[in-house]
Amino acid sequence: MINDTYSFTVAIPLIVFFSFLIIGLGFGRLKPMVSGIFGTMALLAVTALSYFTAYRYFFVDGMMNGSFQKFIAYDALWMSFTDSLQVRMGVLLDPISVMMLVVISTVSLMVHIYSLEYMKHEEGFSRYYSFLSLFTFSMMGLVLSSNIFQIYIFWELVGLSSYLLIGHYYERPSAVAASKKAFIVTRFADFGFLIGILMLSGITGTFDFLKITDPGGSALTQGSAVGFMGLSVMTWSLLLVFAGAAGKSAMFPLHIWLPDAMEGPTPVSALIHAATMVVAGVYLVARLFTVYVLAAPDALITIGYIGTFTSLFAAVIACTQFDIKRVLAFSTISQIGLMMGGLGVSGYTGQEGLGYTASMFHLFTHAMFKALLFLCAGAVIHAVHTNEMTGMGGLRKYMPVTNFAFLIGCLAIAGVPPLSGFFSKDEILTAALEKDKLLFAVQYAVAGLTAFYMFRLYYSIFWNSDRQYHSKPHESPFAMLFALIFLSAASIVSGFIPFSRLVTPDLKPFDSHIHWAVAIPAIAIAAAGILIATLMYRKESGLPAKTAAAFGGLYRAAYRKFYIDEIYIFITKNVIFRYISAPLAWFDRNVVDNAMNSIAALTNLTSSRIKGLQSGQLQQYAYVMVTGVIIVVLAALYFMNA
Amino acid sequence: MNILLWLIFIPLSTVAVLIFCKDRRQYRVTSAFGMGLQLLFSAYLVFRYTEERNAGNAEPMAFMYSYRWFDAFNISFMTGIDAISLSLVVLTSIVAFTGILVSWRMEKLPKEFFISLITLAMGVFGFFITIDLFTMFLFYELAVIPMYLLIGIWGSGRKEYSAMKLTLMLMGASALLLVGILGLYVYSSPDVNILSFSIYDIASADIPLEAQRFFFPLVFVGFGVLGALFPLHTWSPDGHSSAPTAVSMLHAGVLMKMGGYGCLRVAMFLLPEAAKEMAWFFIILTTISIVYGAFGAIVQKDLKYINAYSSVSHCGLVLFAMLMMNQTAVNGSVLQMISHGLMTALFFALIGMIYERTHTRDIRFMGGLMKIMPFLGVCYMIAGFASLGLPGLSGFVAEMNVFVGAFMHTDKFHRTATIIAVASIVITAVYILRVVGTLLLGPLRDGHEFETGDARWYERWANILLIASIAAIGIAPLWLSDALIRSIQPIIQKLQ
Repeated sequence: MINDTYSFTVAIPLIVFFSFLIIGLGFGRLKPMVSGIFGTMALLAVTALSYFTAYRYFFVDGMMNGSFQKFIAYDALWMSFTDSLQVRMGVLLDPISVMMLVVISTVSLMVHIYSLEYMKHEEGFSRYYSFLSLFTFSMMGLVLSSNIFQIYIFWELVGLSSYLLIGHYYERPSAVAASKKAFIVTRFADFGFLIGILMLSGITGTFDFLKITDPGGSALTQGSAVGFMGLSVMTWSLLLVFAGAAGKSAMFPLHIWLPDAMEGPTPVSALIHAATMVVAGVYLVARLFTVYVLAAPDALITIGYIGTFTSLFAAVIACTQFDIKRVLAFSTISQIGLMMGGLGVSGYTGQEGLGYTASMFHLFTHAMFKALLFLCAGAVIHAVHTNEMTGMGGLRKYMPVTNFAFLIGCLAIAGVPPLSGFFSKDEILTAALEKDKLLFAVQYAVAGLTAFYMFRLYYSIFWNSDRQYHSKPHESPFAMLFALIFLSAASIVSGFIPFSRLVTPDLKPFDSHIHWAVAIPAIAIAAAGILIATLMYRKESGLPAKTAAAFGGLYRAAYRKFYIDEIYIFITKNVIFRYISAPLAWFDRNVVDNAMNSIAALTNLTSSRIKGLQSGQLQQYAYVMVTGVIIVVLAALYFMNA
Repeated sequence: MNILLWLIFIPLSTVAVLIFCKDRRQYRVTSAFGMGLQLLFSAYLVFRYTEERNAGNAEPMAFMYSYRWFDAFNISFMTGIDAISLSLVVLTSIVAFTGILVSWRMEKLPKEFFISLITLAMGVFGFFITIDLFTMFLFYELAVIPMYLLIGIWGSGRKEYSAMKLTLMLMGASALLLVGILGLYVYSSPDVNILSFSIYDIASADIPLEAQRFFFPLVFVGFGVLGALFPLHTWSPDGHSSAPTAVSMLHAGVLMKMGGYGCLRVAMFLLPEAAKEMAWFFIILTTISIVYGAFGAIVQKDLKYINAYSSVSHCGLVLFAMLMMNQTAVNGSVLQMISHGLMTALFFALIGMIYERTHTRDIRFMGGLMKIMPFLGVCYMIAGFASLGLPGLSGFVAEMNVFVGAFMHTDKFHRTATIIAVASIVITAVYILRVVGTLLLGPLRDGHEFETGDARWYERWANILLIASIAAIGIAPLWLSDALIRSIQPIIQKLQ
């Protein structure tokens, strides 16, 4: 439905776009702090607009006849492939896009404020802020997209901003390598995504989300013909679209870029690689959820399995890492896996849609507490100048506010009531229990592991014994603390948002309550995880080393991240570089080109052989002429006689 | 005087004035003025063309003009433009103007250099505005001959070898082409007395399928060599790497487009039945081109070689798209010509500028250039992103039209070819980011021999002009693609 009263929402991405242009083109001319403050102001405006939109949409006029409406707030033709297949630039408002507006603007604003202090002494401060604006623009454009092609466009643009921001310290080879890896791995996934889009548009004849996801529309019934390998065309196209989602959201086996992406500045990790961009894949599946659940349930449950497996896989690795940002990165992968798992087990109507609601709920709460954890980690790294937890300890004395904020983040992610993570995780577990016991069991285990590795991290940083610090660690300045306090508050209260009344797959609210039968065991396993971590890491002891030795091969494999990186390096370095490209280049120079040169050489050779005839020597000419005449005459005689 | 003739007249008079110029300053100012005027004029032509179309002129070609100069064989000099040729004319004038700008400091025989360069450009302009095969062929040759001199005299490295190779391969191709053109001429009418070279006369003639089968490969391959069709692309890496900067720009940016344009306008449009029948073979070749060029680029060490292979891949996409024979794909094909023209011109301009400062093109000896030449570094990154098809830049628009158009075929053969072609977006990302990573990012290599100093004013303007055009198409593609679609329709009708 077209709703002009919301047309102001188009300003949300545009404000940040112009902020990007102004800071970006004014490069070097603006004073660094001016760009920083300008960018933050732009974001403040965007945040205000987003909150206003959310308030109006959810509480004033978004609901009609008992269900939330989908509004097209803005629409313009961008390019037409054919008369019917067009790419439009639009703004689509529905519960998930409005919710995402709030998530992105909140986290982004906090990161902007935090970075004013955190990045103050860095080179390229203006560049940093212009890219932050570019990222926020692309992400806003992505969530507001009204058609799948538009989402692809912004999808690529968030990939670009992620590339640019991971490579912020571009003189550091590891940062360059990490940014390249992130771009190429997600590009590879986008190859699948693009084919998926092409197939989907081939089936439905449109890119438009409203038409594709209309539960009563014709789009859903088409494409059920059995295609390749026994799966329907629709399933194939949706699985390929999910490939793109898996790339951005770091699902196994495309997760390898995310831990390396921690090479970027820590606030960037908080914004892009924890709270917003990496959940774009979850958002994409949610956006197309109607199609997944009604037309290709087999694709949907596959997503559930992949997500849940990833969440276990990453949680195990997270227990063994020592770089605090990498622990958080694997934890992010694990939590996104849970969100995918939630989507995978969800149904469509009423209470059955709990998985979907839970997934979106977890996306929201996770954005808050994970951004909080990353920003705390940034404050810690700022204070002790290392990423390794072996170089940290006892920091609670020096950084009391950070300590407290980090503890809140850990409790939230571990699922301790009444913090936000408890509520969202409870819903995910409940949904899984109703659909698939195996998935539930795995997710339950993940909940325990999560509590363990988070408190391992917490104790190693803030408790344990003091290390040798170059200078005495100090608490962060006000701008940074402000962001930490704000996000701590959000991590505490966001659990009380009644998501089932706001965000549901069929847009109709339903009632949900805490499922104590699931919640109590979940609290128990979280408590167990915390307890074990307390015993092992609160004080310096030989226990961690002993435990590691007890697990032996499993520990080593997990520590090396199950050798997935090595497999990738083998494929890229050896297979593509050494066994495809290099021989191909050789073939081109030595076979194809040589064939051409041989033709030239042959011509040369022929001409050098026959050029002797043009010697200019009269005797030779006479000799040739007489010989020729004799041959001709003899031949003539011979043929005439015959 | 017909408005299109100015496109030939302006370069011609620039060359005439250049003959009387006395010093380096005069040469370059005259050349820049002439080509700047040409650029403004082509912008004016866009305006006039739009006006004409809006006024309801639905003829396939606007501004037709014909001058018969050889009665015995009914040979006329005929001109006319539609959106396809017009956009290529604009492309040529942008590339020619920026080419003059980047040659601002040409030291060696500057007068002769600028004269050859502008003559070359004149050949290209002539080629795009003519609609009779004879004159088209004439202008084609007019563009190739100065190329030989420009590479052979002002080039670097194995310049004589490269110049010879390039010219011979293109000449070989034009031999095929000439046979094809004469064939088209012979079949242009059943009556021997009114045979014609005019494209529209031939298009309305009924050429028997047997003859089409014979002539289509000749014409398609003849133009295809210029469009770097595998396996006849090997002139391109050597030619590009030896050519001076402005020539590489014109060559990759514009000359290779003459190949694509010829394939579309002559081979496909005039011999449609054979095109339909033989498309499968050339689809295989072009699919190979796309992937082969991209893989080839991954391991190259010389910046120009990287872009030469990348051009093989991108120009392969041009031919691939037109062989898909539907409106979307052919539109993508033309957009890809324009987009590739702009971005390779930008690439080669930047490579020339970087080479001037570092005296090497080998990426193993460079690194971290972003630190000392940020402007050029940022431009190079933008060119790279255009090349790997990032939204907001022209490459994306072109590629998406190609892929969507190609995917409209539902049979296995076309689908497989399309998926292979789409895979090139990943390989392209690999080689582009490899170059960006080693050349621009990372620690600054011990570069005491590097001249520091970022872009000079003329270099800045050349880059800005090219980037602005790339971004304009990328951000708002509708106006261009809509205009193109109207001109593509007559061609598509013949192919369906």
